[in-house]
Amino acid sequence: MARVVLKLGDDISTDVIYPGRYMATVLPTETPEFAFADNAEFNARLKSNEIPAGSIVVAGKNFGCGSSREQAVSTLKGHELVIVAESFARIFFQNSINLGLRTVICPGVEASEGDELEISSDELTNTTTGAKFRVEPLPKARRAIIDAGGLISYTRQRVIERTTRS
Amino acid sequence: MGRTVAEKILARASGLAEAGAGDVVEPKVDLAMSHENGALVLNQFLEVYKGTTVTPRIWDRSKVAIIFDHRVPAESPKTATNQKKIREFVVAQRIAKFHDIRGDVGGICHQILPESGYVRPGYVVVGTDSHTTSHGALGAFAFGIGATEMASVWALGTVLNVEVPRTIKVNVRGKFRKFVGPKDLILHLIGRITAQGANFKVLEFHGPTIQTMATSGRLVICNMSVEAGATAGIVPSDQETIRYLREEAGVKGKIALVTPDPDATYDQTIEIDVSALEPQIACPHTVDNVKAISSVKGTRINQVVIGSCTNGRLDDLEVAAGILRGKKVGKNTRMLIFPASGRIYAQALARGYIGTFMKAGAVVMNPGCGPCLGIHEGALGNGEVALSTTNRNFKGRMGNPNSEVYLCSPAVAAASAIKGVIADPRKGVR
Repeated sequence: MARVVLKLGDDISTDVIYPGRYMATVLPTETPEFAFADNAEFNARLKSNEIPAGSIVVAGKNFGCGSSREQAVSTLKGHELVIVAESFARIFFQNSINLGLRTVICPGVEASEGDELEISSDELTNTTTGAKFRVEPLPKARRAIIDAGGLISYTRQRVIERTTRS
Repeated sequence: MGRTVAEKILARASGLAEAGAGDVVEPKVDLAMSHENGALVLNQFLEVYKGTTVTPRIWDRSKVAIIFDHRVPAESPKTATNQKKIREFVVAQRIAKFHDIRGDVGGICHQILPESGYVRPGYVVVGTDSHTTSHGALGAFAFGIGATEMASVWALGTVLNVEVPRTIKVNVRGKFRKFVGPKDLILHLIGRITAQGANFKVLEFHGPTIQTMATSGRLVICNMSVEAGATAGIVPSDQETIRYLREEAGVKGKIALVTPDPDATYDQTIEIDVSALEPQIACPHTVDNVKAISSVKGTRINQVVIGSCTNGRLDDLEVAAGILRGKKVGKNTRMLIFPASGRIYAQALARGYIGTFMKAGAVVMNPGCGPCLGIHEGALGNGEVALSTTNRNFKGRMGNPNSEVYLCSPAVAAASAIKGVIADPRKGVR
């Protein structure tokens, strides 16, 4: 069980998650500093370490739309946030799978900041309100990348296999 | 069974006789493009090989392109150092398709790839940039990916676990009215189907309006297909594609076209008649907040921008120069113009457009992404409003969350710069 620490609406773009002016910072070890940088209050809370790993951001439809910048994922991954949204934009979603940021597709989800949520593979329970919501399962092709520990290790296995074969 | 362009390209690239929507495939990549974020790709690429005895090597150096455009010239020591690292890597791996910060062959990646003849019909193109969808204008299947996914492509030459997307057919008919064009069409479509209307899907463009549209216009509609969430935008390749590749990109040799089957299966079909379409404006802060110009004209603007991978091409500059010739940019308005490539800049110079812009009071900047994504120039002050031919108006997009961005065509941008308010180019300009 974890707490909702930020509630957002539809079409949250990567410019909101990780503003373009910080894009010269690329390393996953450095990007967490600028998560939601234009939301000064939330950014300060993240940096003060008062938000425990596994805390939840709840959003509406099309979370992560816009740029392909991977910083938008590594910045959230750095704080070990979990993103629950009604839907995700494609590139952001794929980047999340590749980097191991936990994303949960939950159409119709209703939750407010401060609510406690319990998330299983097929159901999300808002234990504060008692409401339950269906969670969309992850397609098998994407599951395989997560199970390998992310795209880096998935690719590494392939590189090793190829080298051994030849 | 009939197949769409995307299905045909992905089947061929994956070594399969057929592929249909929903299949998971591993297509070979024909062109892999990065820009300054190549610095992150490089980092992830080296991560792949960590703990192995394999030497990191790009799978095919002829298929990798790196174009500096997002922060040119560098705005900070950090960017300059990223660019330096990439240059060293380019030399070490002998990457040929490298476009550094140069006045002759430099420019925005989504203009450099087409004008250099790097993209062909039927290609699988990946780029670490969401507007990689642009290259569907030449009949390629082109999509944006993240840096780690590109690192995987650099190592393997394929994209892993790609789900073949469903395709939406967009049929466009009618003749554009004066000062209405491809930008207005794509803004209208995005407004109609919303920013997520094509998420995880392909937009395939058809109809007489598309068939008679030049490649420069097709690049606009494919470029902004991603703003409807589309994985790719595709115009099936045709005689215009061949004309562009031969005449404007210097391509020699055989060019094979890829066309969809007449009985291909589409997710849905959208019909658009452009003959009565008004200039369209995307209002703050989402690209799908689209209104006809009549409902927003008169809105006060502080900065006008013409350029970007969407609308920085020669025909865009031609329209703007035609409107600005002999006129002045309003005295409380700034106008910034950045051609999409060095080649376009030189052509615009030769045709007198650059002189026209300068006389009108516009500032002509070097080719690159410029103010579009708020990185290093043309930032907005608190409470200021920009009108721009770029592709995104998200909160904070131009570097300041306390500002607003409206999106429009080059004709609307030029007419509005003169008046200092959003203005209809069809009225009272000349």
